Amino acid sequence: MRYKFLTAAFAATAALNFAGPAAATDLEVTHWWTSGGEAAAVAELAKAFDATGNHWVDGAIAGSGGTARPIMISRITGGDPMGATQFNHGRQAEELVQAGLMRDLTDLATKEKWTEIVRPKSLLDSCTIGGKIYCVPVNIHSWQWLWLSNEAFQKAGVPMPKDWNEFVSAAPALEKAGIIPLAVGGQPWQASGAFDVLLAAVGGTDAFLKVYRDKDAKFAGGPEIAKVFKAADDARKMAKNTNVQDWNQATNLVITGKAGGQIMGDWAQGEFQVAGKTAGKDYTCLPGLGLNEVIATGGDAFYFPLLKDAGKAKAQEVLAETLLDPKTQVAFNLKKGSLPVRGDVDLNTANDCMKKGLAILAKGAVIPWTDQLLSQDSQKQKEDLFSEFFAKPDMTLEEAQKRFADIIASAD
Amino acid sequence: MSNSERPNQLLRNLNAKVASIPMILTALVVFVGGTAWTVLYSFTNSKLLPRLNFVGLDQYYRLWATPRWLVSIENLLIYGVISLLFSLVIGFILAALLDQKIRFEDTFRTIFLYPFALSFIVTGLVWQWLLNPDFGIQRVVRDLGWTSFSFDPLYNSSIVIYGISIAALWQGTGLIMCLMLAGLRGIDEDIWKAARVDGIPMWKTYLFIIIPMMRPVFITTLVIIAAGIVKVYDLVVAQTSGGPGIASEVPAKYVYDYMFFAQNLGQGFAASTMMLLSVVIVIVPWAYLEFGGKKHG
Repeated sequence: MRYKFLTAAFAATAALNFAGPAAATDLEVTHWWTSGGEAAAVAELAKAFDATGNHWVDGAIAGSGGTARPIMISRITGGDPMGATQFNHGRQAEELVQAGLMRDLTDLATKEKWTEIVRPKSLLDSCTIGGKIYCVPVNIHSWQWLWLSNEAFQKAGVPMPKDWNEFVSAAPALEKAGIIPLAVGGQPWQASGAFDVLLAAVGGTDAFLKVYRDKDAKFAGGPEIAKVFKAADDARKMAKNTNVQDWNQATNLVITGKAGGQIMGDWAQGEFQVAGKTAGKDYTCLPGLGLNEVIATGGDAFYFPLLKDAGKAKAQEVLAETLLDPKTQVAFNLKKGSLPVRGDVDLNTANDCMKKGLAILAKGAVIPWTDQLLSQDSQKQKEDLFSEFFAKPDMTLEEAQKRFADIIASAD
Repeated sequence: MSNSERPNQLLRNLNAKVASIPMILTALVVFVGGTAWTVLYSFTNSKLLPRLNFVGLDQYYRLWATPRWLVSIENLLIYGVISLLFSLVIGFILAALLDQKIRFEDTFRTIFLYPFALSFIVTGLVWQWLLNPDFGIQRVVRDLGWTSFSFDPLYNSSIVIYGISIAALWQGTGLIMCLMLAGLRGIDEDIWKAARVDGIPMWKTYLFIIIPMMRPVFITTLVIIAAGIVKVYDLVVAQTSGGPGIASEVPAKYVYDYMFFAQNLGQGFAASTMMLLSVVIVIVPWAYLEFGGKKHG
């Protein structure tokens, strides 16, 4: 990763030094896709963009979104914008847009009929601020997945669970066989994301929306959400022996059969693929934890900072078109393990888990995700709460729920 | 001083004064100006971008009601007391031992000072591995036969801050030792001879004669250690990222996280203003006592 970053930095300097009257326009694109599966996916985007006669200058920032976003934002606000940058669509770039730093893509969107292509429609809504479109969604990433290791359950001698409840009751058997039932890495967003998944699965879609969309603090402190905290308590007990930090290390515990399962978004699938595992045979996936089969339409999108250079501005348009191109969509999403943003593409080569996701998407069982509903500030407070909750076995459910309700009360 | 000499006083060393204007401007604009700006904006509800929309003390009320901030303050206190106490004591003892005209002094000095050449990030990563129960010290001791041995400070909320302190001491004590050694070498040989003639035991000589004489060295050391304590950030990020949970959070990390991750500048500024305030409360009375008298001397 470090090597990649260096090469990118080198390429960027070289581009600055030797920028002569070249026909191809160099466009620097920043993103935080650096794990094995992610890097393979982003290479597809670069290939497609280079094929248009322009040049993709890779600006990968190692770490996760949390590390990368501050760097990207300070470059944009500091007057050194890149050609295009990844964000999770939703509210992460809201203020940058309001400050007039990002490019309005409405004309291009009308010309290319994005409103007809992009599916589900809520994706484009997340890119729309004040009636104007500011980003290109490239994929749908949903958090609602439980990844299970078939090997671990065979070793423990219990049948594969079909939903979260069966998984919880299988936990003692797994523990007896020396297997960590649930892998939750130490990064704060993992604990917080796992709770949100439990909220949508155990509490149901309505409860999820009531808490995060309507920000009903009284409901968040009430008995229905107490059930969700009970489930989170189960998860906390099952995860207590996970001694890893990064999400892909936690996924690796599942891949190697050291852990029974992991609640993680569908990006984990890329890791299974890189490790050469087959869905259904080596691992099993349960969307919505097997309880409530919905998919949240979070995901990644590209935003384009406002640039003065006309040549680069033209290249931005080309890149935006390339990203939504059916061929790029298929190549990229197969490698990434995510779902494409257009319904008219052929995904025959998709594996079992992706097909499950596509079926749910086709049914229209979608919900907005927290990136779209909550500000980064509320998200961070939530992360602090749940990383403490998962690490501290003596924190009572009542205390945790009270603090959760307080966060919802002050959320914006 | 008579009145006629006053203009001369201003113009004396004019070249030097002109030459220092850029530095004075830098200090005023960057340090004082930046500080004032930060304090001003801590009273606003700025989010990702600074905005002058005043909300009074709201950010401070929220700050002091946040469990994570309270944990950070508590950690900073524990970490501060430990690093101050142990790096001074261990550093001084090591220096005193090296000062006994032993053989291979240079070699030992290099060994002790070497960790200081590493950044906190590298130190943190090294100790993250050493303290990892599956790969580090615990594993080694268990493989030797003590199978019930348990040593996993980084994964235990109640003692994680001590695990971080161990790494900080390993990295920083060598420097303190060198400072102390320099101080010890500055003591006149005759004082030792006089103490020996009077039959004063060695430990008493150190405690009641040498240490009081080394006061300036101790004060320099104290300032260096204290500055290191307040700004500790990278070590925590490399070793635990504040975990498990929020058990090893520190104030500097709170400031960074809320300014950039949470896109809430107001909250980050309020926290950094509190950090500044705590430094001012400690430094100002001390600086006044230490340097205040010298103007007249």
